[in-house]
Amino acid sequence: MLETRSIAKIYGSGPKATHALEAVSFTVADGEFLCVVGPSGCGKTTLLKCIAGLLRPTAGEVLLRGKRVFEPPDELALVFQDYSRSLMPWSTVRNNVLLPLRHKSMTGTERRKLVEDSLESVGLTRFIDHFPWQLSGGMQQRVAIARALAYQPSILLMDEPFASVDAQTRGDLEDLILRVRDEYGITILFVTHDIDESVYLADRVVVLTHSPTTVKEIVPVQLPRPRDQIATKELPEFVNLRGHVYRLIKRELTAVTPVESEEVSPDVPNTGTPV
Amino acid sequence: MNRRAYLAARIAAEIIVPVALLAGWQLWTMHLDSQKFPRLSTILVEFKDIWLFSEFGTHVVPSLERIGLGFAIAVAAGIALGIPLGLSRWARLWTMPHIEYWRAMPPPALLPISIVLLHSIGNVQKVSFIAFFCLFPILLNTIDGVRGIDPTFVDTARSYGLGTLERIRRVVLPAALPQIVAGMRNSLSLAVIMMVLSEYFSSTSGVGYVLLISKNTFDFGPMWAAILLIGVLGYLLNLLFVLAERRLLAWHRGWRATAPV
Amino acid sequence: MRLRLNRLTEALVFALSIAAALAFWEVISRTGVISQKDLPSMSTTFRELWSLVQTGGFWVAYVQTVRGWALGLGVAAVLAIPIGILLGSSDFAASAFRVPIEFLRPIPSAALIPVLFLTLGTTLKSEIFLAAFGAFWPLLVQTMYGVRDVDPVALDTARSFGVGRVERLYRIKLPSAVPYIATGMRIASGVSLILAFTAELFMGNPGLGQKVNFAQSFGLENQLYAYALATGFLGLAIHLFSTAAERRALRWHPSQRLGAA
Repeated sequence: MLETRSIAKIYGSGPKATHALEAVSFTVADGEFLCVVGPSGCGKTTLLKCIAGLLRPTAGEVLLRGKRVFEPPDELALVFQDYSRSLMPWSTVRNNVLLPLRHKSMTGTERRKLVEDSLESVGLTRFIDHFPWQLSGGMQQRVAIARALAYQPSILLMDEPFASVDAQTRGDLEDLILRVRDEYGITILFVTHDIDESVYLADRVVVLTHSPTTVKEIVPVQLPRPRDQIATKELPEFVNLRGHVYRLIKRELTAVTPVESEEVSPDVPNTGTPV
Repeated sequence: MNRRAYLAARIAAEIIVPVALLAGWQLWTMHLDSQKFPRLSTILVEFKDIWLFSEFGTHVVPSLERIGLGFAIAVAAGIALGIPLGLSRWARLWTMPHIEYWRAMPPPALLPISIVLLHSIGNVQKVSFIAFFCLFPILLNTIDGVRGIDPTFVDTARSYGLGTLERIRRVVLPAALPQIVAGMRNSLSLAVIMMVLSEYFSSTSGVGYVLLISKNTFDFGPMWAAILLIGVLGYLLNLLFVLAERRLLAWHRGWRATAPV
Repeated sequence: MRLRLNRLTEALVFALSIAAALAFWEVISRTGVISQKDLPSMSTTFRELWSLVQTGGFWVAYVQTVRGWALGLGVAAVLAIPIGILLGSSDFAASAFRVPIEFLRPIPSAALIPVLFLTLGTTLKSEIFLAAFGAFWPLLVQTMYGVRDVDPVALDTARSFGVGRVERLYRIKLPSAVPYIATGMRIASGVSLILAFTAELFMGNPGLGQKVNFAQSFGLENQLYAYALATGFLGLAIHLFSTAAERRALRWHPSQRLGAA
């Protein structure tokens, strides 16, 4: 359904150029939950923006259902990591979810129903007339997800969406997104630095190298569904997969100089604030 | 000193200091007994006689009209020009030399020219003069506000397929609004000054005109009353603006208080 | 199509933009869209300016205005910065004087012109007083803001290490306030120039403003425009200078927050 072919992105030119991405290729099947992990600073966000059509890759192409992506396609919705700068603080939750629907041709009643339905599926009906900043971080991210759902996309891109949220809320949100995938049948491309999270959620995990970034390995995850925060994580298969991905990334980290590898390892829970 | 006593002292000071200053003013002018510096009590009486409300319609209303119209034009033009300039680096490149020159020009230097060019000292000349110079704080703040918008807002709007006009209306303008409003506040106090200057220089009506006339006739009572009026007008306009701003930007305060740094 | 913006292109656009505006001016005036009586052509104005520049009188006036600006700004700084530091570092003092400051701030110094004219007359003192009065308030407010807007974490850290009150002031609060003071100086600088010029234009103090008034009274349009142009250049020079100084002071400041523009 979605295909990236040899995506490369170079910033600047000449000797000082930064090769953020170099020949990243993979495909996403219809209805699949694909996670993308990699060491910090490996250009995951750049990759996502190229796929979403917000950035033009220097080389390579992105194909959605066989057609090249030049600008954000109608079928695609994006959920950003920093909800406080993605949800419009001057609008209520209702109007935030309504925003992407305004230019779609449908009646006011249809729009309102979509908004209310999507807020209900993330469990925020009670807060529909609040302002986003009046809600907790986890709730704000749920609003962002509701907004994406109301847009009725066939593919959802998520850029480390749960990184700015505390660990317990993160578990709830992970289960929410799995439920949403089952309920709506959408394809999800999920970028994260949290290895446990990637294995827990995914059908397949794409592991990236450090900069200049390519695909190191694509790891199939055949854990049973529905997933459970406790049961699934106790399975030996989960432990193996997790270890495998961790080792892949650790090798990436130690492949660079010792100073650089002192960076925070990818699977340390991130309780920090978004940059 | 414990907390309670400290707070009580602070509130007392907030009341006592202004009162003491006013009393001091009255006492000093009584002691001076000069025609040029009439007592505060005399000024207040003159103020009541002239401005409440016999000359109000003749002079205060035209002045307020000029401020209002000049300010409104400056706001409309400042935002309408500022948004495209904020969004386009090319546009800025071409226009910034001129903007920088005119914003640095001391407005009074253009007073005589405004009269010569427009062949009048009437409302058109006054409003044009006020509007022209009040444009710049708003224009510059709008440009800065637009340029400073977090790219994630714009990315979000783009990813949901919002067209340029829609983006401007629903994302760019609200996001830049706090900065624009700051510029508007500066512009408003500038408008009062421009009004006084243009009326004092040449006019047949208005508060500045009264100031000029009382100076020419050495009428100190009305002169000080006019100065007091200008101060009061400036204060009230600023107050009104702050109240409006508080309502308009309530969301901004809430958001800044809770957003991750 | 994305054009590459580099230094050369920027310089080119800058020059072209100014050239185009000057050409436009020339055309408008020469073809009579605006009569040459009202708007002398660009070439006439520059020629007049050139001949004026060669007279001693021009430069004397220039220096007189600069003198008024500098002294007004200096007096304002000498008063506003210490008082601002005092009021900013003491919550008690700040709230005690809050009301008087809020009332006196919005008074346009322009309103004081008649008083100064009738008391101090056309002396340097009145020009300096006017300029200093106007420049004082924005500088005071910015200084207070800067001293108060210190990072509370830095202060708490110092306090926990037993750093005394006075030392906290000059080690943490003052360095943190410098960018705000620099911004205040930039704003005050502009205000001081405007008011120095105003004193010259309205009261006849010697300087560029007085030359403008003279030219207007005697119908010498070419001179009027030439002097206005020259004043614009002075304003630009002062603005660029204070902006550069402000930028240097801001460069090392970790926070990106600025006071009102």
